[in-house]
Amino acid sequence: MSFKSAVITFPGSNCDRDALCYLKDLTKGEVHNIWHEETSLPKVDLVILPGGFSFGDYLRSGAMASKSKIIDEVVKHANDNRYLLGICNGFQILTEIGLLEGALIRNKKLKFLGKNCFIKKKFKNNFNFSIKDNQILQIPVAHNEGNFYCDTETLNLLKNNEQIAFEYCKGEFSNNEENINGSIEAIAGITNKKKNVLGMMPHPERAYSDFHQSQDGRLIIESLIS
Amino acid sequence: MRIKILVRLKGQILEPQGKVIEQSLNSLGFTEFSNIRQGKLIELDLPDNVSKEEKAQKIDSACKKLLVNDIIEEYEVLG
Repeated sequence: MSFKSAVITFPGSNCDRDALCYLKDLTKGEVHNIWHEETSLPKVDLVILPGGFSFGDYLRSGAMASKSKIIDEVVKHANDNRYLLGICNGFQILTEIGLLEGALIRNKKLKFLGKNCFIKKKFKNNFNFSIKDNQILQIPVAHNEGNFYCDTETLNLLKNNEQIAFEYCKGEFSNNEENINGSIEAIAGITNKKKNVLGMMPHPERAYSDFHQSQDGRLIIESLIS
Repeated sequence: MRIKILVRLKGQILEPQGKVIEQSLNSLGFTEFSNIRQGKLIELDLPDNVSKEEKAQKIDSACKKLLVNDIIEEYEVLG
Protein backbone atom coordinates (compact mmCIF):
# COMPACT_ATOMS: atom_id res chain seq x y z
CA MET A 1 0.00 0.00 0.00
CA SER A 2 1.49 3.28 -1.01
CA PHE A 3 2.01 6.07 1.48
CA LYS A 4 0.03 9.21 0.66
CA SER A 5 0.88 12.65 1.92
CA ALA A 6 0.16 16.38 1.57
CA VAL A 7 1.88 19.69 2.24
CA ILE A 8 -0.13 22.81 3.09
CA THR A 9 1.09 26.10 1.62
CA PHE A 10 0.32 29.40 3.37
CA PRO A 11 1.25 32.85 2.04
CA GLY A 12 4.84 33.19 3.25
CA SER A 13 5.60 29.47 3.50
CA ASN A 14 9.09 28.96 2.08
CA CYS A 15 9.85 25.32 2.82
CA ASP A 16 6.77 23.85 1.13
CA ARG A 17 8.71 22.97 -2.03
CA ASP A 18 11.46 21.27 0.01
CA ALA A 19 8.82 19.35 1.96
CA LEU A 20 7.15 18.21 -1.30
CA CYS A 21 10.48 16.94 -2.69
CA TYR A 22 11.28 15.29 0.66
CA LEU A 23 7.98 13.40 0.58
CA LYS A 24 8.13 12.54 -3.15
CA ASP A 25 11.67 11.20 -2.94
CA LEU A 26 11.28 9.25 0.29
CA THR A 27 7.71 7.95 0.23
CA LYS A 28 7.53 7.24 -3.55
CA GLY A 29 3.78 7.72 -3.10
CA GLU A 30 1.16 10.30 -4.01
CA VAL A 31 1.98 13.82 -2.71
CA HIS A 32 -0.49 16.70 -2.75
CA ASN A 33 0.15 20.40 -2.36
CA ILE A 34 -2.81 22.15 -0.74
CA TRP A 35 -3.39 25.93 -0.66
CA HIS A 36 -4.48 27.27 2.75
CA GLU A 37 -7.80 28.58 1.41
CA GLU A 38 -8.94 25.10 0.37
CA THR A 39 -11.76 23.60 2.42
CA SER A 40 -11.08 19.94 1.72
CA LEU A 41 -8.10 17.71 2.24
CA PRO A 42 -7.57 14.40 0.40
CA LYS A 43 -7.38 11.28 2.61
CA VAL A 44 -3.66 10.97 3.20
CA ASP A 45 -1.43 9.26 5.76
CA LEU A 46 0.65 12.34 6.56
CA VAL A 47 0.13 16.10 6.37
CA ILE A 48 3.10 18.49 6.69
CA LEU A 49 2.73 22.10 7.81
CA PRO A 50 5.97 23.51 6.35
CA GLY A 51 8.45 26.11 7.55
CA GLY A 52 8.53 29.74 6.53
CA PHE A 53 7.01 33.00 7.69
CA SER A 54 3.30 32.44 7.14
CA PHE A 55 1.47 35.77 6.93
CA GLY A 56 4.77 37.53 7.57
CA ASP A 57 4.83 36.26 11.19
CA TYR A 58 2.48 39.18 11.93
CA LEU A 59 1.04 39.38 15.46
CA ARG A 60 2.75 36.13 16.55
CA SER A 61 4.47 33.39 14.51
CA GLY A 62 1.78 31.03 13.23
CA ALA A 63 -1.13 33.04 14.70
CA MET A 64 -2.80 33.97 11.41
CA ALA A 65 -2.12 30.64 9.70
CA SER A 66 -3.79 28.83 12.62
CA LYS A 67 -7.07 30.54 11.58
CA SER A 68 -6.83 29.60 7.87
CA LYS A 69 -9.76 27.81 6.21
CA ILE A 70 -7.85 24.54 5.72
CA ILE A 71 -7.11 24.22 9.45
CA ASP A 72 -10.50 22.66 10.29
CA GLU A 73 -9.62 19.86 7.86
CA VAL A 74 -6.12 19.54 9.31
CA VAL A 75 -7.63 19.16 12.80
CA LYS A 76 -10.07 16.52 11.50
CA HIS A 77 -7.14 14.71 9.86
CA ALA A 78 -5.31 14.64 13.21
CA ASN A 79 -8.44 13.61 15.15
CA ASP A 80 -8.73 10.74 12.71
CA ASN A 81 -5.42 9.39 14.09
CA ARG A 82 -3.47 10.22 10.94
CA TYR A 83 0.01 11.72 11.05
CA LEU A 84 0.56 15.47 11.17
CA LEU A 85 4.04 17.00 11.16
CA GLY A 86 4.73 20.69 11.73
CA ILE A 87 8.25 21.81 10.90
CA CYS A 88 9.56 25.14 12.24
CA ASN A 89 6.76 27.63 11.38
CA GLY A 90 4.56 24.51 11.15
CA PHE A 91 5.39 23.73 14.80
CA GLN A 92 4.48 27.32 15.73
CA ILE A 93 1.17 26.93 13.85
CA LEU A 94 0.39 23.66 15.70
CA THR A 95 0.85 25.34 19.09
CA GLU A 96 -1.32 28.29 17.96
CA ILE A 97 -4.05 25.86 16.84
CA GLY A 98 -3.78 24.17 20.23
CA LEU A 99 -2.99 20.70 18.83
CA LEU A 100 0.32 20.86 20.69
CA GLU A 101 1.07 22.25 24.16
CA GLY A 102 3.18 25.31 24.93
CA ALA A 103 4.38 28.15 22.74
CA LEU A 104 7.50 29.20 20.83
CA ILE A 105 8.98 32.54 21.86
CA ARG A 106 12.01 34.62 20.78
CA ASN A 107 15.36 32.81 20.90
CA LYS A 108 17.06 33.53 24.20
CA LYS A 109 20.00 35.35 22.58
CA LEU A 110 17.68 37.27 20.18
CA LYS A 111 19.54 35.98 17.13
CA PHE A 112 18.03 34.32 14.09
CA LEU A 113 19.64 30.88 14.08
CA GLY A 114 20.42 29.45 10.66
CA LYS A 115 22.84 26.58 11.07
CA ASN A 116 23.27 22.88 11.65
CA CYS A 117 22.10 21.64 14.98
CA PHE A 118 22.21 18.33 16.76
CA ILE A 119 19.28 16.51 18.27
CA LYS A 120 18.53 13.14 19.77
CA LYS A 121 15.31 11.39 20.54
CA LYS A 122 13.89 11.58 24.04
CA PHE A 123 10.80 9.36 24.07
CA LYS A 124 9.94 6.83 21.38
CA ASN A 125 7.04 7.42 18.97
CA ASN A 126 6.15 6.53 15.39
CA PHE A 127 8.04 9.55 14.03
CA ASN A 128 11.40 8.58 15.58
CA PHE A 129 10.97 4.82 15.72
CA SER A 130 13.93 4.10 13.38
CA ILE A 131 16.31 6.32 15.37
CA LYS A 132 18.49 4.54 17.90
CA ASP A 133 18.66 5.68 21.54
CA ASN A 134 21.50 8.21 21.93
CA GLN A 135 21.93 8.46 18.14
CA ILE A 136 22.86 12.08 17.37
CA LEU A 137 21.15 13.57 14.31
CA GLN A 138 22.56 16.54 12.41
CA ILE A 139 19.65 18.60 11.10
CA PRO A 140 19.58 22.33 10.18
CA VAL A 141 17.57 24.95 12.06
CA ALA A 142 16.47 28.35 10.71
CA HIS A 143 14.37 30.27 13.20
CA ASN A 144 13.94 33.39 15.29
CA GLU A 145 11.18 32.09 17.56
CA GLY A 146 12.16 28.54 18.48
CA ASN A 147 12.48 28.91 22.22
CA PHE A 148 9.94 26.39 23.51
CA TYR A 149 8.05 27.55 26.59
CA CYS A 150 5.41 25.92 28.76
CA ASP A 151 4.52 26.14 32.44
CA THR A 152 5.77 23.58 34.97
CA GLU A 153 2.46 21.73 35.10
CA THR A 154 2.47 21.29 31.29
CA LEU A 155 6.13 20.26 31.31
CA ASN A 156 5.34 17.53 33.85
CA LEU A 157 2.48 16.34 31.65
CA LEU A 158 4.77 16.27 28.59
CA LYS A 159 7.24 14.15 30.54
CA ASN A 160 4.71 11.83 32.16
CA ASN A 161 2.98 11.19 28.84
CA GLU A 162 6.36 10.79 27.09
CA GLN A 163 5.47 13.55 24.60
CA ILE A 164 8.98 14.98 24.23
CA ALA A 165 10.19 13.60 20.89
CA PHE A 166 13.51 15.41 20.36
CA GLU A 167 15.94 17.45 22.42
CA TYR A 168 18.95 19.52 21.35
CA CYS A 169 22.33 18.09 22.27
CA LYS A 170 26.04 18.57 21.71
CA GLY A 171 27.42 17.50 18.35
CA GLU A 172 30.60 17.51 16.32
CA PHE A 173 30.52 21.19 15.26
CA SER A 174 28.21 22.62 17.88
CA ASN A 175 30.80 24.50 20.00
CA ASN A 176 29.60 22.52 22.99
CA GLU A 177 26.21 24.18 22.78
CA GLU A 178 23.59 21.90 24.21
CA ASN A 179 20.60 24.19 24.01
CA ILE A 180 20.82 26.52 21.03
CA ASN A 181 17.75 28.69 21.61
CA GLY A 182 16.97 28.55 25.33
CA SER A 183 14.06 26.09 25.11
CA ILE A 184 12.84 24.60 28.37
CA GLU A 185 14.81 21.37 28.96
CA ALA A 186 16.35 21.83 25.46
CA ILE A 187 13.13 20.65 23.84
CA ALA A 188 13.39 20.54 20.02
CA GLY A 189 10.16 18.68 19.26
CA ILE A 190 7.04 17.42 21.01
CA THR A 191 4.05 15.28 20.13
CA ASN A 192 0.43 15.39 21.24
CA LYS A 193 -0.78 12.88 23.81
CA LYS A 194 -1.82 10.36 21.13
CA LYS A 195 1.58 10.81 19.45
CA ASN A 196 0.22 11.20 15.92
CA VAL A 197 1.06 14.94 15.79
CA LEU A 198 4.69 16.07 15.93
CA GLY A 199 6.04 19.61 15.95
CA MET A 200 9.78 20.21 15.63
CA MET A 201 11.97 23.27 15.01
CA PRO A 202 14.79 21.51 13.03
CA HIS A 203 14.19 20.92 9.30
CA PRO A 204 14.43 17.22 8.35
CA GLU A 205 13.47 18.14 4.76
CA ARG A 206 16.80 19.98 4.49
CA ALA A 207 18.76 16.84 5.43
CA TYR A 208 17.82 13.92 3.23
CA SER A 209 19.38 14.15 -0.23
CA ASP A 210 22.91 13.37 -1.41
CA PHE A 211 23.45 17.10 -1.98
CA HIS A 212 22.61 17.91 1.65
CA GLN A 213 25.33 17.86 4.30
CA SER A 214 23.43 15.29 6.32
CA GLN A 215 20.84 12.67 5.43
CA ASP A 216 19.59 12.17 8.99
CA GLY A 217 16.22 13.76 8.16
CA ARG A 218 15.32 10.60 6.22
CA LEU A 219 14.87 8.74 9.49
CA ILE A 220 11.58 10.52 10.24
CA ILE A 221 9.88 9.40 7.02
CA GLU A 222 11.52 5.98 7.27
CA SER A 223 10.12 5.64 10.79
CA LEU A 224 6.59 6.49 9.60
CA ILE A 225 6.72 4.13 6.64
CA SER A 226 8.25 1.16 8.47
CA MET B 1 -14.61 55.01 20.00
CA ARG B 2 -10.89 54.21 19.96
CA ILE B 3 -9.90 51.07 21.84
CA LYS B 4 -6.36 50.43 23.05
CA ILE B 5 -5.31 46.94 24.07
CA LEU B 6 -1.97 46.43 25.79
CA VAL B 7 -0.52 42.95 25.23
CA ARG B 8 2.55 41.78 27.09
CA LEU B 9 4.42 38.62 27.92
CA LYS B 10 3.51 37.19 31.31
CA GLY B 11 5.84 38.26 34.10
CA GLN B 12 7.66 34.95 34.55
CA ILE B 13 8.58 34.66 30.86
CA LEU B 14 11.98 35.90 29.74
CA GLU B 15 11.57 38.95 27.49
CA PRO B 16 14.96 39.25 25.77
CA GLN B 17 14.13 42.45 23.81
CA GLY B 18 13.55 44.36 27.04
CA LYS B 19 16.89 43.12 28.36
CA VAL B 20 18.72 44.44 25.28
CA ILE B 21 16.89 47.80 25.49
CA GLU B 22 17.91 48.00 29.14
CA GLN B 23 21.57 47.35 28.32
CA SER B 24 21.52 50.04 25.64
CA LEU B 25 19.82 52.60 27.86
CA ASN B 26 22.23 51.82 30.69
CA SER B 27 25.19 52.33 28.38
CA LEU B 28 23.71 55.71 27.29
CA GLY B 29 23.81 56.81 30.90
CA PHE B 30 20.27 55.92 31.96
CA THR B 31 21.69 53.74 34.70
CA GLU B 32 18.64 54.11 36.96
CA PHE B 33 16.39 52.26 34.44
CA SER B 34 15.92 48.59 35.20
CA ASN B 35 13.52 45.67 34.64
CA ILE B 36 12.60 46.88 31.15
CA ARG B 37 10.02 44.78 29.31
CA GLN B 38 8.62 45.45 25.85
CA GLY B 39 5.03 44.70 24.93
CA LYS B 40 2.69 45.70 22.12
CA LEU B 41 -0.23 48.07 21.78
CA ILE B 42 -3.15 47.25 19.51
CA GLU B 43 -5.47 50.13 18.61
CA LEU B 44 -8.84 49.77 16.91
CA ASP B 45 -12.10 51.61 16.32
CA LEU B 46 -15.52 50.41 17.54
CA PRO B 47 -18.79 52.24 16.68
CA ASP B 48 -19.88 54.66 19.46
CA ASN B 49 -23.30 53.03 19.80
CA VAL B 50 -21.86 49.69 21.03
CA SER B 51 -22.94 49.17 24.64
CA LYS B 52 -20.42 48.84 27.45
CA GLU B 53 -21.23 45.14 27.98
CA GLU B 54 -21.06 44.35 24.28
CA LYS B 55 -17.77 46.23 23.97
CA ALA B 56 -16.20 44.26 26.82
CA GLN B 57 -17.53 40.98 25.43
CA LYS B 58 -16.30 41.68 21.87
CA ILE B 59 -12.83 42.76 22.96
CA ASP B 60 -12.48 39.77 25.27
CA SER B 61 -13.57 37.40 22.53
CA ALA B 62 -11.18 38.93 19.94
CA CYS B 63 -8.29 38.71 22.41
CA LYS B 64 -9.00 35.06 23.20
CA LYS B 65 -9.53 34.04 19.56
CA LEU B 66 -6.62 35.86 17.94
CA LEU B 67 -4.97 38.86 19.52
CA VAL B 68 -3.51 37.18 22.62
CA ASN B 69 -1.94 33.77 23.22
CA ASP B 70 -2.85 33.17 26.84
CA ILE B 71 -0.13 30.57 27.32
CA ILE B 72 2.50 33.31 27.16
CA GLU B 73 0.67 36.65 27.11
CA GLU B 74 -1.73 38.76 29.16
CA TYR B 75 -3.70 41.83 28.10
CA GLU B 76 -5.24 44.94 29.51
CA VAL B 77 -7.76 47.28 27.88
CA LEU B 78 -6.59 50.86 28.38
CA GLY B 79 -8.98 53.78 28.98
